[in-house]
Amino acid sequence: MPNMRNTKNEMPSQAPDVRNKNFDEVALGYTETMALDEAARCLNCKNSPCVTGCPVNINIPAFIKKTAEGDYEGAYGVIAESSSLPAVCGRVCPQETQCESKCVRGIKGEPVGIGRLERFVADRHRKNGSVAAERPTPNGHKVAVVGSGPAGLTCAGALGKLGYDVTVFEALHTPGGVLVYGIPEFRLPKAIVAEEIDQMKELGVVFETNTVVGRTLSVDDLFDDGYEAVFIGTGAGLPRFMGIPGENLNGVFSANEFLTRINLMKAYKGDGDTPVMHPRRVAVVGGGNVAMDAARCAKRLGAEEVYIVYRRSENELPARAEEVEHAKEEGIIFRLLSNPVEILESENMFVGGIKCVRMELGEPDASGRRRPVAVEGSEFVIDVDAVIMAIGTSPNPLIKSTTEGLDTERWGGIITNDEGLTTRTAVWAGGDAVTGAATVILAMGAGKTAAESIDRYIKERG
Amino acid sequence: MFKIIEKKELNPTVTFMKVSAPRVAAKAQAGQFVILRVDENGERIPLTVAGYDRDRGTVDIIFQIVGATTEKLNALAEGDNIHDFVGPLGRPTEIEGLSKVAVVGGGVGCAIALPVARALKDAGCEVHSVVGFRNRDLVILEEEFRDVSAKMKIMTDDGSYGEKGLVTDALRSLIESGEQYDRVIAIGPLVMMKFVCRLTEEFGIPTVVSMNPIMIDGTGMCGGCRLTVDGKMKFACVDGPDFDGHKVDFDEAMKRSSVYKDFEKHAREETCRLLKGGNANA
Ligand SMILES: Cc1cc2nc3c(=O)[nH]c(=O)nc-3n(C[C@H](O)[C@H](O)[C@H](O)COP(=O)(O)OP(=O)(O)OC[C@H]3O[C@@H](n4cnc5c(N)ncnc54)[C@H](O)[C@@H]3O)c2cc1C
Ligand SMILES: Cc1cc2nc3c(=O)[nH]c(=O)nc-3n(C[C@H](O)[C@H](O)[C@H](O)COP(=O)(O)OP(=O)(O)OC[C@H]3O[C@@H](n4cnc5c(N)ncnc54)[C@H](O)[C@@H]3O)c2cc1C
Ligand code: SF4
Ligand code: FES
Repeated sequence: MPNMRNTKNEMPSQAPDVRNKNFDEVALGYTETMALDEAARCLNCKNSPCVTGCPVNINIPAFIKKTAEGDYEGAYGVIAESSSLPAVCGRVCPQETQCESKCVRGIKGEPVGIGRLERFVADRHRKNGSVAAERPTPNGHKVAVVGSGPAGLTCAGALGKLGYDVTVFEALHTPGGVLVYGIPEFRLPKAIVAEEIDQMKELGVVFETNTVVGRTLSVDDLFDDGYEAVFIGTGAGLPRFMGIPGENLNGVFSANEFLTRINLMKAYKGDGDTPVMHPRRVAVVGGGNVAMDAARCAKRLGAEEVYIVYRRSENELPARAEEVEHAKEEGIIFRLLSNPVEILESENMFVGGIKCVRMELGEPDASGRRRPVAVEGSEFVIDVDAVIMAIGTSPNPLIKSTTEGLDTERWGGIITNDEGLTTRTAVWAGGDAVTGAATVILAMGAGKTAAESIDRYIKERG
Repeated sequence: MFKIIEKKELNPTVTFMKVSAPRVAAKAQAGQFVILRVDENGERIPLTVAGYDRDRGTVDIIFQIVGATTEKLNALAEGDNIHDFVGPLGRPTEIEGLSKVAVVGGGVGCAIALPVARALKDAGCEVHSVVGFRNRDLVILEEEFRDVSAKMKIMTDDGSYGEKGLVTDALRSLIESGEQYDRVIAIGPLVMMKFVCRLTEEFGIPTVVSMNPIMIDGTGMCGGCRLTVDGKMKFACVDGPDFDGHKVDFDEAMKRSSVYKDFEKHAREETCRLLKGGNANA
């Protein structure tokens, strides 16, 4: 008999006024009892609508069934057929707009906590010491992967498992992409990403950090070095600014800079040499995951007041619902329907405040969301000493500008076909580099699709 | 890990290192830089490629000890390893098509200017070098500059070596004596570059400066290195580090370079304490 309770098991979490002062993980994960109880809520629907909501089509009812039976390794096996980073996705996927939005149980009550169960299963697998992956027999073909975010890691892992000799080239000193430099420790512990990477190394995947493709090596050099195919998963790391007066004042940062100083450069542990400003009052401009992360980091560094300044309304906030919820609980103040027009100077080029204008929602725009329009004469100033811009990023032009025959959209996204093949022979691409800033799971999916296509291509060539 | 093959002191605050980094050496060109991290918790700092040997796979760096990281770097010895060393980053300096150039270097900026002067000479350009230092003890790379320069002027603030005065004084007298430069390339402290640009603007000589804002990644990801050039936002690590000096907003750049001043001062004191403590125990 399924458990017909209408609510999900709540996620045990650190109390808001405790966690907003530390960088430890916020959500603590289900206990076994909770997981069994939650798994019993699944109806094991024949047509499994949840699966259609999953970008990589994890067989959700099958893994939940195994979980309900207490066969956690079996459940892990089901997820692993479709996803290469379950411990990551269980934590950061926007389940409420994907699998859980389609769940039948969501019609009358809350959907099954699919993400929380995924995390439980993945963490269980990690704790029980996963059996070292057996090294496949090498097939003698070399593939290069550029960038070590979820797209690159997935592509490398999939090809590694097939016996390819895979090398991942990463510009930064630590692999992981946004998973290490962007998403903070309290949402995604760095140890989890490191474990995933260690497992790939066991498979035989080689990581070459400190290598900027387009500078240290070109794509052509890779072919000259004997790589038969190249996958580009370089993300969308170029930060946008608003182009308003005052953006170059001291105390204005891109979210990438602020988060990189805290995450990659370890300011969160207090033992890095890299400085980060500890602002007293901060405005974070934007409403996505990046904005929530920056705001919650600022709070944890001791800021007294942290504002989210977003030009649309609550309904349009692009961040995961859970992050918005958590941010509010932690005392982040939301200034919605507000748009910055100028950053004011205090003295000597430091930030003294941010001038905003109130917005109203007008007619729907191209994205289907109602377009925000400024209300005349509604300017107001928020007194802050730092401003963090989290208004989006675009793909870095470096590889395009150094690789002949690689076409991109005008906004920088690399053009590919359904399999991820670019306009350049034997070069594939996927993830944010193709789609613009999106999600971990979509990047993973693209890495996997490309790996399959690369495998076919190389086999056909013989 | 990147091994230090050779280390020597150029003056009490400036050190030369030859580092094994074959991939960087294979691609480096004058005007480009590397970003390094001394150890696992280290800060990423940019340093210009002061020279390279493609055959041996080595890259030279010359750095002034100004704070915690350069202090730590200087504490490493020949045979030690630098944890991370990535490059070459940035755009190379444009040297093609120039027939006569004045290269102006100030202090450790001379280390950045030298490879540019060398590349110009190799390309068949006549190089006049004007290098400035605070005093005699701080003079570096004199021989190296002489080797590549058809004319050379050394200036010191206190007159203890070369001529007394600023590099702008020497540059002005060269220009006023009738030297016709296609271009002036100025590399050094921001104030120096600002005043060189003011001078060359007066004479209408195109001037290139090498900007050195605070950087993290060096690939265009953080935007920390942004500056205003011709009213537009540029990222020094990918759009530069060279820019048209007549269009750079130097006053803004000077203010931006001081954002972490208090932190840096503290970090340096800490490092000095730790390094000294270490010596005492040795
Ligand atoms: C702060 C933040 C929070 C987020 N939160 C979520 C979330 O909760 N849920 C979610 O699903 N998504 C989230 N996202 C989005 C998600 O992280 C990205 O969509 C995803 O990481 C994209 O993966 P990718 O592999 O395409 O690229 P990235 O993760 O960006 O990795 C690209 C890698 O390539 C490297 N690289 C770039 N250029 C070169 C080069 N020339 N040579 C060598 N290496 C290079 C980069 O250094 C980087 O390591 C968040 C993003 C950010 C920034
Ligand atoms: C493209 C470029 C090329 C450079 N080339 C050389 C060179 O060849 N030789 C040399 O001696 N110096 C060079 N510099 C400057 C050098 O990077 C700084 O002196 C060094 O980072 C100081 O670090 P620190 O921890 O020892 O000192 P700190 O005490 O941290 O800082 C001292 C000063 O250095 C600057 N600085 C601090 N951190 C950074 C950073 N992460 N990035 C850039 N600047 C910073 C600041 O202006 C600061 O006021 C270059 C800088 C750039 C951007
Ligand atoms: S839709 Fe919901 S209840 Fe049905 S199988 Fe999927 S998770 Fe289970
Ligand atoms: S150093 Fe980060 S963008 Fe230039």
